[in-house]
Amino acid sequence: MSERRPSFFASRWGIIAAGAGIGLIAACLQRAGNPPNMGICVACFERDTAGALGLHRATPAQYIRPEIIGFVLGAFGAALAFREYRARSGSAPIVRFVLGMFAMIGALAFLGCPWRALLRLAGGDLNALLGIAGLAAGIAAGVFFLKAGYSLGRSSRTYPAAGLILPILSMGLLLLRIFMPRFGDGAPIFASASGPGSLHAPLLLSLAAGLAIGFVAQRTRFCTMGAVRDIILMRDTHLASGAAALLAAAFVANLALGQVHFGFAGQPIAHSDSLWIVLGMALAGLAFALAGGCPGRQLFLAGEGDGDAAIFVVGMIAGAATAHNFALAGIPDKVAGGAVQAGGLTGAGQAAVVIGLVFSLAIGFTMREKG
Amino acid sequence: MNVARTVDARGLSCPQPVILVRKAIEAGEFPIEVLVETVTSLENVRRTAEKADLRVEVEEREDDFRILIEKP
Repeated sequence: MSERRPSFFASRWGIIAAGAGIGLIAACLQRAGNPPNMGICVACFERDTAGALGLHRATPAQYIRPEIIGFVLGAFGAALAFREYRARSGSAPIVRFVLGMFAMIGALAFLGCPWRALLRLAGGDLNALLGIAGLAAGIAAGVFFLKAGYSLGRSSRTYPAAGLILPILSMGLLLLRIFMPRFGDGAPIFASASGPGSLHAPLLLSLAAGLAIGFVAQRTRFCTMGAVRDIILMRDTHLASGAAALLAAAFVANLALGQVHFGFAGQPIAHSDSLWIVLGMALAGLAFALAGGCPGRQLFLAGEGDGDAAIFVVGMIAGAATAHNFALAGIPDKVAGGAVQAGGLTGAGQAAVVIGLVFSLAIGFTMREKG
Repeated sequence: MNVARTVDARGLSCPQPVILVRKAIEAGEFPIEVLVETVTSLENVRRTAEKADLRVEVEEREDDFRILIEKP
C-alpha cells in the first residue's frame, strides 16, 4: 500500500504557512536591500538575471538574482528528499516557450509578476488592484479554454539526467554570481550601478531565502495563478488561501517595517497607465493559465524535473530580453523634486501586448482535444 | 474488481487531471479508476474526490499511482 499519506504540506494550513512565509520573507528581503515593493518578483528577477548575462542592455536591470537560483535548487532538494523528482518533458515545448515569452512581456508591461502584484498591494501601491483584476480576467479566459478541452498534450518520462539541466544551469549561475568573472574586454557579467538591479540583499541571505521558499513551495504546490484559476474553475480556495496569506503577511510585515505608502502615482518601480496595467496582466494571466502555472510555480516544477516548465522559464528569459531590447517594458514613474513624472507603456509595448493576446487566444482556440 | 470507468491522466498537466475526474464523477458510474504520475496530481485528485464525499484508495506502482474512487 501507499506510504503517500496526505502531509501537513498538502493541507490548508500548509499552504497558508507557505504563503505567509513568502510574504514575510519578501518584506524582510526588501528591508535587507531588495528593491521597494519588490522583495521578490519572479518576472523582474528573471529579467535582472537576463540583463546580467547581457541578453539585454537595460543598465538599471542587471543582476544575477540568487532568489531565482534558490527557487530551482530548493525545489530540486525537496523533490529528491520526498522522492518526487521525476524527469518528464515533451508536452508542446515550442508553445510553452512562446507562452513564456508573452507572459514576460505582459508582466513587464505592468512591471511585476503575480507575486509582485500582491507585494505591491501590500506596500500600498493601489495600481496593483488593477493588475490583479487584469490577471484574473486573463486566467478566466484560460479557464474558458480549459473547460472547452484545451490541452498541450501529455508529457512523457525521460532520462533522469534530462531533468537535471535547469538545476545544473542554476548552479552555474550561482558560480557566475559568486565569482563575477570577466570573459574579455566588454564581456563581463553585468551588474547595475544604479536602479532596481543595484538594489539587492546580501548574496547569502537572498540564496537562503530562495532555497527555503523553493523547498516549501515545492511541497505545498504554491501557485498564484492556480489560486485564481481554482476559484473560477471549481470554487476551490485551497491555493487562494496561500496567496491571501502572502498578501496579509507582507502587509503586516510592511506596516511593522514602515514600508507601506498608499497611493497610485509615484509608487516605486511602477506606473499608473491603467489600461495597459490591466491588459498586460491579462496577457500574463492567460499565458500562465495556458501553461499551467505562475512563474514561481514553473521554477519549482522545473526543479522537480519538469522539462516543459523549464522551457517556459527559458521562454520568460527570452521574453525579458526581447522586452528590454525593443523598449516594450513599462516605464516607471519618476519622482524628481517632489513632482511625479508619469511613466507608462510605449507604443511598441502596447503593440506587443496586443500581439501577445492575439497569439495566446489563438493557442487557446486551436489546441483542444476533441470529445 | 471491475471498474466502471478509467481516467488516464498520466502526463497531463495541472488542472486537467482534476477536470477529467470531475467529469467522471458527474457521470455517476463507480468505481472510477484514475491513473496519474505525479504526487501533485494524486493530491489534487484525492482532494477533489474527498470534497465530493467519495472514498479514495491509492496504490503506488512503479511508474504511476492508481487511484480508486468509490461511493462510501
